[in-house]
Amino acid sequence: MKEFTRHAGTGLPLRRGNVDTDQIIPAVYLKRVTRTGFEDGLFAAWRNDPEFVTNRPEHVRASVLVAGPDFGTGSSREHAVWALMDYGFKVVISSRFADIFRGNCGKAGLVAAQATQDVVEQLWKLIESDPTTAIVVDLEERTIQADALTAPFGIDDYTRWRLLGGLDDIAITLSHADDIDAFEATRPSWKPTTL
Amino acid sequence: MGRTLAEKVWDEHVVRSAAPGKSEPDLLYIDLHLIHEVTSPQAFEGLRLAGRGVRRPDLTLATEDHNVPTLDIDKPIADPVSRIQVETLRRNAETFGVRLHPLGDVEQGIVHVVGPQLGLSQPGMTIVCGDSHTSTHGAFGAIAFGIGTSEVEHVLATQTLMQARPRTMAVTIDGSLPEGVTAKDLVLTLIAHTGTGGGQGYIVEYRGTAIEQLSMEARMTVCNMSIEWGAKAGLIAPDQTTFDYLEGRPEAPRGADWVAAVEHWRTLATDDDATFDEEIALDAGVMTPFVTWGTNPGQGVPLSAHVPDPSGLADEDDKVAGQKALEYMGLSAGTPMRDIAVDTVFVGSCTNGRIEDLRAAAAVIKGRQVADRTRLLVVPGSVRVRLQAEDEGLDVVFKEAGGEWRGAGCSMCLGMNPDQLGPGERSASTSNRNFEGRQGKGGRTHLVSPLVAAATAVTGTLASPADLAPLAAASLERAETGGV
Repeated sequence: MKEFTRHAGTGLPLRRGNVDTDQIIPAVYLKRVTRTGFEDGLFAAWRNDPEFVTNRPEHVRASVLVAGPDFGTGSSREHAVWALMDYGFKVVISSRFADIFRGNCGKAGLVAAQATQDVVEQLWKLIESDPTTAIVVDLEERTIQADALTAPFGIDDYTRWRLLGGLDDIAITLSHADDIDAFEATRPSWKPTTL
Repeated sequence: MGRTLAEKVWDEHVVRSAAPGKSEPDLLYIDLHLIHEVTSPQAFEGLRLAGRGVRRPDLTLATEDHNVPTLDIDKPIADPVSRIQVETLRRNAETFGVRLHPLGDVEQGIVHVVGPQLGLSQPGMTIVCGDSHTSTHGAFGAIAFGIGTSEVEHVLATQTLMQARPRTMAVTIDGSLPEGVTAKDLVLTLIAHTGTGGGQGYIVEYRGTAIEQLSMEARMTVCNMSIEWGAKAGLIAPDQTTFDYLEGRPEAPRGADWVAAVEHWRTLATDDDATFDEEIALDAGVMTPFVTWGTNPGQGVPLSAHVPDPSGLADEDDKVAGQKALEYMGLSAGTPMRDIAVDTVFVGSCTNGRIEDLRAAAAVIKGRQVADRTRLLVVPGSVRVRLQAEDEGLDVVFKEAGGEWRGAGCSMCLGMNPDQLGPGERSASTSNRNFEGRQGKGGRTHLVSPLVAAATAVTGTLASPADLAPLAAASLERAETGGV
């Protein structure tokens, strides 16, 4: 995973709440066995509409997605995060993320920045009045800055620490292998096994 | 102070806790890791690239369910991309020594149907799978939740997960469900009450007399849809119903192990003096058959109600969302739900694809015919469920009524295999998600119980069994000699 400290880019205003992961990437696009190449599936149904926000020329280079509340509900598919990243997004800002989606972002290296709905509304207005507005997301400081707006965002300490260092959390866990061995030695005999 | 069921199970699985004041999550041991073809290939590839193995293949089980066809299952999968995905799972299972129940195997089926029926899902366990409906296994008093592919890789490599301790919530449902009202109606009523985000950050314990009265399969239906209102997991205290279901299943403990296990499971119930961070209470006695009208599972109403008018909603976002949902669904506010005509009825999925669901649907269909312009698709949750249903003659009931009887899998629940709705087509579905395009691009989904699904298949419009005309003497006679 690449380190993330700070990102500056333009925003994409997605004025919708409850964007579920079936909308982010429909199931028929989940058949690849690779970890990349999912950009075609991003918002696939909505992108058929030429007026959909991703199709507007002023937003083609956007790298900060600003979405309504309850973003990423539903299916656990991490492909939703991969599709957003493959398309070019580095950050998603919303007032509420579904738990599994938020976890997947932290693992894959997409910053899920939780801001108040008021901040989301202000960002939408700023982007819509000037699509070239730079949005600066500073993970070290946990701030979002755009034009005159500076606002804090929420992200849990552990995810932030891992993203800042670009750390592989399997390696971190394996450094506790002794603890896992000790735990396994105490498991009751009646717990089921599959082999 | 006492602890809740969820807290007890959690505490029993903490491998390592950070020092107080540190923000590091708990390292949680995982007792059972379920795997399927769609969310695992990149995880195995990650292991390979890092030169890592599977730490505990003996706590891992794989099956093929999400993209597999439900017709011609003895032939190679026609869709080449699906075939590669399934073949990749087979190769990974072989390479890493993981037990796999492939298409054609008698234990194949939807991962959340297979785990319980094998007796692998037991009280007090931690169970994960790269699928959000893993919450199903919470019905046994296990902490069970869905994870993404990176976490699948993490569990494969370490048999643990880094997890922040969620808050706890009690959903108490007292009273008894009236005749004809099912666990599905109960959970749809709950989700309409909380909204899709109401459970976010919580492990939920379902309790109260109405929950205690549910069968294990009905409890699975309730826990299955925990994710649809955003909960991290949903669980139910293990009791005699749980033990009776488990005893004698292939992977359940035996002999002295069984005695020790049950003794331990009895200690897991929430202590009387334990407190929850949040509580919700609902009365089962006033619940009725419940159906969705919109494009998320929280947009539901009683079957006897009308399509709601979003313009009356106070919250601006709810109003816009409601209007968008009506537009997508091709519905007008004020239309009685019972007037909505349905093209396809889907009975199946990890929510309602078990034997009790098929029995309930068959009992309504028996002696009746599927409406002329409606298609009934019945997809058992597993091969075992299919065989049991065939033993009981349920397949004949569905087929004689004009329905289609299929092989086991996720099928039209998520439309990854050829079982899909066409654009604008409308379904009454016993599955769990009515998202836009979920069952096929442009498809429109109404979530319903198996009873409502069956009655709807007969009338061609959303209906409950109570709406059906009594069977005529001749068809009654046919029904009685039909062998069920």
